[in-house]
This record gives sequence, structure tokens and C-alpha cells, in this order.
Amino acid sequence: MSAGRATSQRSANGLLYQSGEWNFDTLKRTFDAIEAIALGELGLDPYPNQIELISSEQMLDAYSSIGMPVFYNHWSFGKRFVRDEKLYRKGYTGLAYEIVINSNPCISYIMEENTMTMQALVMAHAAFGHNHFFKNNYLFREWTDAEGILDYLTFAKAYVARCEEQHGVAAVERILDAAHALMDQGVNRYSRRPRPSLADEEKRAEARRKHNRETYNDLWRTVPKKAKAPEEADAGQADVRIGLPEENLLYFIEKFSPRLQDWERELVRIVRQIAQYFYPQKQTKMMNEGCATYVHYRIMNRLYDLGKISEGAMLEFLASHSNVIFQPEFDDPRYSGINPYALGFAMMQDIERIVSDPTAEDRAALPEIAGTGNVMGVLKTAWANFRDDSFIAQYLSPHLMRKLRLFKLADHADSKEYLVDAIHDERGYDRVRRALQRQYDPGLRDPNLQVTGVDLKGNRRLVLTHSLNKSVPLSESDAKTVLAYVADLWGYEAQLHGIDADGTTRYRYEATPP
Amino acid sequence: MNIVDRRLNPKGKSHTNRQRFLRLARETVKEAVARSIKERALGDVDTKEVVNIPRRRIHEPRFYHASSGGDREHVLPGNHEYVQGDKLPKPSGGGGGGGREGSPDGEGEDSFQFVLTRDEYLDILFDELELPDLAKTHLKEATALRTTRAGYSCSGSPSNLNLVRTMRNSLARRIALHRPKSPEMAELDAAVAALADRSDRSAEDDERLVCLRAQQAYLVRRAKYIAYIDPVDLRYNRYEPTPKPNAQAVMFCLMDVSGSMSESMKDLAKRFFLLLHLFLSRKYEQVDVVFIRHTSEAKEVDEETFFRSAETGGTVVSSALEEMRRIVAERYPLEDWNIYAAQASDGDNFSGDSDACLSILRRELLPFCQYFAYVEVLDEREAGMFRSEANASALWRDYKIIAEAHRNFAMKRVFSKADIFPVFHQLFAKNRQAA
Repeated sequence: MSAGRATSQRSANGLLYQSGEWNFDTLKRTFDAIEAIALGELGLDPYPNQIELISSEQMLDAYSSIGMPVFYNHWSFGKRFVRDEKLYRKGYTGLAYEIVINSNPCISYIMEENTMTMQALVMAHAAFGHNHFFKNNYLFREWTDAEGILDYLTFAKAYVARCEEQHGVAAVERILDAAHALMDQGVNRYSRRPRPSLADEEKRAEARRKHNRETYNDLWRTVPKKAKAPEEADAGQADVRIGLPEENLLYFIEKFSPRLQDWERELVRIVRQIAQYFYPQKQTKMMNEGCATYVHYRIMNRLYDLGKISEGAMLEFLASHSNVIFQPEFDDPRYSGINPYALGFAMMQDIERIVSDPTAEDRAALPEIAGTGNVMGVLKTAWANFRDDSFIAQYLSPHLMRKLRLFKLADHADSKEYLVDAIHDERGYDRVRRALQRQYDPGLRDPNLQVTGVDLKGNRRLVLTHSLNKSVPLSESDAKTVLAYVADLWGYEAQLHGIDADGTTRYRYEATPP
Repeated sequence: MNIVDRRLNPKGKSHTNRQRFLRLARETVKEAVARSIKERALGDVDTKEVVNIPRRRIHEPRFYHASSGGDREHVLPGNHEYVQGDKLPKPSGGGGGGGREGSPDGEGEDSFQFVLTRDEYLDILFDELELPDLAKTHLKEATALRTTRAGYSCSGSPSNLNLVRTMRNSLARRIALHRPKSPEMAELDAAVAALADRSDRSAEDDERLVCLRAQQAYLVRRAKYIAYIDPVDLRYNRYEPTPKPNAQAVMFCLMDVSGSMSESMKDLAKRFFLLLHLFLSRKYEQVDVVFIRHTSEAKEVDEETFFRSAETGGTVVSSALEEMRRIVAERYPLEDWNIYAAQASDGDNFSGDSDACLSILRRELLPFCQYFAYVEVLDEREAGMFRSEANASALWRDYKIIAEAHRNFAMKRVFSKADIFPVFHQLFAKNRQAA
């Protein structure tokens, strides 16, 4: 804190701000103090920050377009707006205090209605917690382009608007409606094999020729060959050539749909790119919130310890913080699943405990981090290299399972009762942890759908296969509607087969384009 | 770090999306609006409307797991008493436990409820209504003129000179014609002066001085020929008189307040007037309302008195028409005002008054009214009796003759609250047939 600029009042008691009212001066001062702690003491590595002040109305606007400042127009965003607005006006939900965008510079929105303490909390949470996570987590690094996202969205908005002008809103809407329905199936879960460069190809071809030369033996020519059935080989080869089976339905449709116009393909591509951009957020929701919550908790406490915020401000912060990490128990009417903030924050705190003050149990369960003493080092490694499911598998300690009193219910379709399968005891730790991990595993959470067949030479029928996991079917009416969208994009008949683990076909839906 | 204040950025970024969403739900919204107008209390017509849209119309389907079937497992927090191997009864209706499997985005409701803004509500309310006889309105309006900008011209008054255009032309011309630039001339002047001042000039220098002087004279001459600003450069802002649309209307509310009009009949009449007023205020910048009530004689009153106080006495409709004629002549010159009239009555009239009514209407009012609407309000008790035209009131029969002859006269009968809007709709429908 620079003493020169300090007002007499502030230097008297060293507080960053006196009342709940904020102004640009206190914002700036507080941001600097937070930054000093975040970079200096916690050693975070965020993108440069940009804080944007908006009104609650603008927050509602931002909400409806998935938090992005620029987005193309579509009725579904209007629907979201209408719903959020109603909930907000009636007081059912407050607005989020903040929205943060994974871009470089990292943009955090803060609302003018917030008190100064809330602004400090939000800056610590979003501008340093989320920001650090975005910059360092491997999924974001691999799949999202923080430098380019805002430009891309601007392009997308302009492109969609131009298509609407040229082809009409209805025609654009038809494609977007269908593509939106496939967004969850429009992401690459793994990187593709890198395309070999020309030089590599030539080297390989040369190696193959050399091998042929060196192992040439005229004798092989005389060995009689068995003639292959030509069309069978062909069909298999065609499938391989277009990369079947393919789990990214939007990608497949964009590349191979026989009917789509170029501009329609581009629209599908835009939706796919945006789905891909948001995919890491879905996989790291719990960790990301845990990281941000842990960071704001550390920073606010530190500010208080340094005498920079008052006791009143600290109380206000704690009230809001404990609301955020509130986890109702399963039989509470307020229960609606595990609160990602609660679990995330609890895990971060638990890691802190294990690293700095482990018990014998922790040493046995997590020997590689227990007692090493470098809390931030361990946490930063975790934030960089895990996603929700692997993070749970690696770090959920027996101590925390006991604290949250986690237990596992097994729910078999043909049984009238739930079975308590495992609880937080010696026999159950591993099974509870694994079950919780599966609960967060995107591979199990999202239905496993793939394009498995396409008859490009014949009737062009497209076949999707849903491989059922533990016999859990798709929601039927929605599946049929989406399949109709697929048929519409594909331009020819589409089929969806539900195949159980034992290979039996559970259901088969068909749709023809309108 | 950057703090950017975005609070002043344009609001309503979601407006387009909202409109598109509404369009999708338009049919439903229209039904809801039509229903609401029937059911609403009097003062509410102008407020927000809550609309329920069935979810299937605006559903966004996805592939997701069904909420039942198959083997599942749930990890839950907050175990109190269970140990491994315990069995819990499943709640009826399946699901339960996990919570999030229910629906993909947490909206389980059957319908989607939202609130229309005032403008959206009124837009839909008056969607298919059109002001009657607009063509005629335009003819009358042509008298008022307003000057508007209309490009540029080569001539005009100096006060309308457009400097930017003029200087642009001047610059272009000077460049094209190679008018000597002032720095260039200043340089030459300085060179000449320097050379002339030198006392030790050689013959060569003298020669150069002559040469430079000649060049200087040439440039000065050239600068004089090629004017800095030439009359051909001049551009003036051009203005054109355009006819000003007549943006004001006056609405006359005529009502019979004699003893035979019950409170409920007045209530019906009020609703009709209210709708008309709303409708007009959407189309015109300014709408004046004149309330004339009549028994055996007519009087202009304020709104409160018009609807609240009761009078006793006979009924002479022509007195109200006469009063209206007088007010129009006095206060509302026809070239400035569009005139609308709505009359509500239970149909009673003094038997000798018919001819007077008809003649005032025909000769004095209808020629300058944009529209004259007559609604006959009837008690629900009387509805059965009077539903057929054969039993119509005296006034109704008289007006019928007028309605047949004049397109800007319309009449309808109203029996209950629910009738008001449909009747209003019919009266102002886009393709209204001449009654």
C-alpha cells in the first residue's frame, strides 16, 4: 500500500475502504492489495485482468447469452432471458455476483449494486481464482483459445447476421435449432491424431520402399493369393476413410452431410466451436469453483489479518461465503445435488490440511503430498493437471468423506429398494470415492453416442449407436426429436440404435427429413 | 489492471432474442392476451400480462439419460444412520436420490411462464386492428408542412452554406489545377530575398535571381487565376418542405347517463372507451379526450363525473351530437385534428328525436369524423330478449339507416364484459366490411 496517496482517515486505521459504498478509487486500491497477495503470497499466474462494471439489467443480458459479451442471436437466448428475468424479479434467485470470461485479458463483470466487500470478494474470486485456473488447467490450455475467443464470437455474430440477411431468419434458425440440440455431442473428447506433414509422409513412404527393396523376394510372387470379396473390403475402407466410428456428431455432419449448403456447414461449425470452447468448463466445474472459492477465502482472510478490511466487512464476507458453500444434506428439501462450490472448497481445504498437518491416515492415503509443507505448490499442480473426476480419484481423502458423511446408494431398475452400497468407513472409502468419480466422469455422465455407419453409396442412411452404460436408456421423447434434427441436417434418413452391453438392441428409432 | 465502466452501454442487448422468442410463442401469447382482456379489471388494461407457454413449443431437446431404467448409483452427503447393506424404500414415482437426472436444465415445469412488457402486450392486443379510413386522413393532413434536410444543392442562401462540402470541392480543384501552395511560395520568396540581399552576387547569381523572380511572378499570377474558393465549389444544405403527418387526435366519448343506464352498463361502456383510447394513443402522438354525457340535455364533463355520477331525466341523443358539433367547431380545427367519436347508449331515445339525430349525423358530424362508433350496451338480463335485431331499440333502427350509407359509421351491440374486445376488434378490424 502506498502511503503517499493515503487519506488521513485511511492512514489512521489502515483500512482499504470504510463503508459499503464503493468508488473507482477504492476499487483500484482494493484490487492492488488483492493482486499483491494473489501474486506475491499465493504465487498465482493469471492472465492480465480487465474488470467491467455493469448494471443488474446488463447482468441479465449477459446471463442469457451464456455469459459471453458478444453472441449471435437466437430465440433460445431470449427464452433464457425471459426465464432468468422472471426469477430475478420475483426474488427467487439473486443474480450471480460475477461473470468471468476465459479470455486474454480475462474479463470479469462486477455489478454496480454490490457493496464494496462483495466487489473485493468478486475480484479475488473471479479475477484471480478463476483466471488462474483458466490460464493453467491443461484442458483449457489444450482446448480453448483465450486470445481469440472474443474475436471468434464477434465473427460468429456477424456471420449469423449476414446469413439471416441472405437466407432469412427462419432458414438460419432451422440449422441453429438442430445444431444446438447436438451441442453435447458436438465436442472432441480427445485430440485427433496430428495430421502428418508432407515431409513426414515422404519419409515414411521412402522407408516403406526401402523395406520393400531390402526384403524383396521373387518367391512371394508365386504364392497364390485368395481373392477378397471386393465390395466388403470397400465398405470397410470407406468407413475408415471418413473416420467412423465418430463421436463428434456435429463434426461428422459438418464434414460429410450430403445436403448442407456451405453457409449451413459454417453455422454448424460455429455451434461446434462454441460447444468445444465450453466443454472444459463442464468437466472442471467443481475444481474451478473450488479453486476460486479457496483463493478468495485465503485472500479475504489475509486482507483482514493485515488490517486492511474491517471486522464488519469480514463478517459480511463470511456470511456470503458460507451461503456459497452451503451443502444441504440429502434428505433436506433444499438438496439438489452436490454443490460444486462446497465440494471443491472442502477438497482444497482438505489438501491444505494434509499438506501442512497430516494425520497417520493421510500419510497412508496420500503419501506423495502429506506433510510436504508446500500448500500452494501442491494445489497449483492439482489445478493444472486434473479435471473433476481425476481430481476426486486422486485427492478425496477418507477424512473428508467422513466429514461430508458421503455414502453410496445402488439403484437397480428391477429392485423396489435402494441399497446402501458403501458408506464412509474403512470398507467403503474406495468404493465411495470411485462412485463419486464416476458421477463426475463426462464419459459416463453424457450418453455415449457415435456415428457408426453411413451408406454413402446407397440410400445415404446415417446410423447412430447409443452404447448403453449399465442399461440406462436415453430419454425417449427427446431422443426422437433430436434424431429428427439429425435427419434434417443430414438430409436423409437417420437411425438411432440403443445397444446394451451384452450386444442386444434395446431400442431403434428412425427419422426421415421433413 | 483495467476497470471499464460499462454501465452506460446500451441496454436491452437481449431485445432481439426476446422478440424472436415471442414470435415463436406468438399464437399462445395472442390467445392469452385475448383471454386477459375479457377477464381483467377496468384499470388494468394497460399493465403487464403474465403468459403461460406450453413447454413443448419452446422445448430445446437434447440427448440425455432417461430418469429411470437401468442400474444407477448415487453418492450423497449427510449420512446419519445408514450402514452398508441397509435398504431404503424407493420413493413412489421413481427418480429421487440423485436429483440432477430429472431434466437437462432443471426446468421441470409443464409450462413456461413469463411477463409481457406493456408495449409487447399492446402490440399484440392491437395486432390486427387498423385505423379506419386512413386514406381520407392523409388528404386532410396535407395542409401542415415541415422542412426536412434533403441533400445538397449548388445554390442557396449563405446561411445554409455547407463548409465541409465546399472546402472538399475547393481542395480537390486546387490539387487538380496545381494551384501553388503557400509554403512553396514562401520558400521562393525567401530564396529571392536572400539572393537579392547578397551584395557579392556573381553574374551567375544575377541570372538565377532573374529566373527566380520570373518564377515568383508566374506563381503569383497563377495563384490569382486559380481562386482559393471558387463559386463552383460552393455547396449548400438543401431543405425541402414535406407534409407533416397529423399526429393528434381527439376522441369524443358520448354516453347516455339517464336513469335507464345501470352501473354495469356504464362499466361496459367504459371498457369500450378505454380500449379506444389505448388504441388511439398508440397511433397518435397526442390524444385529447372529450367526455360528453347527456340525459335530455348534454354537457361536457371530466372523466370522473362522466363515469361516476348518475343523473335522472329523459333521453335526447341529439343534444349530445349537437354538443359535440359545437366543441369541434370551437376547439378542434379540422386541419389539425383527427376526430373520433364513440357513443354508448342503452338505445333509448325520445321518440321525436330521431330525425334531429340523423340530420346532425349526416350533415354535420360524419363528413368530418374519421370514425364514429356506436355501441349499444345491454344488461345481461335483457340480452336474451334483445339479441335478435327485430326487437332492437329505436335508436338502433335509426342508426341502422346511417350505417348502411356511411362507411365511417359502425355499430355493435355488447352484452357482457367478454364481448367488449371482440366487438372492438370487429369494429376496427383491418378488412372491415362496410356495415
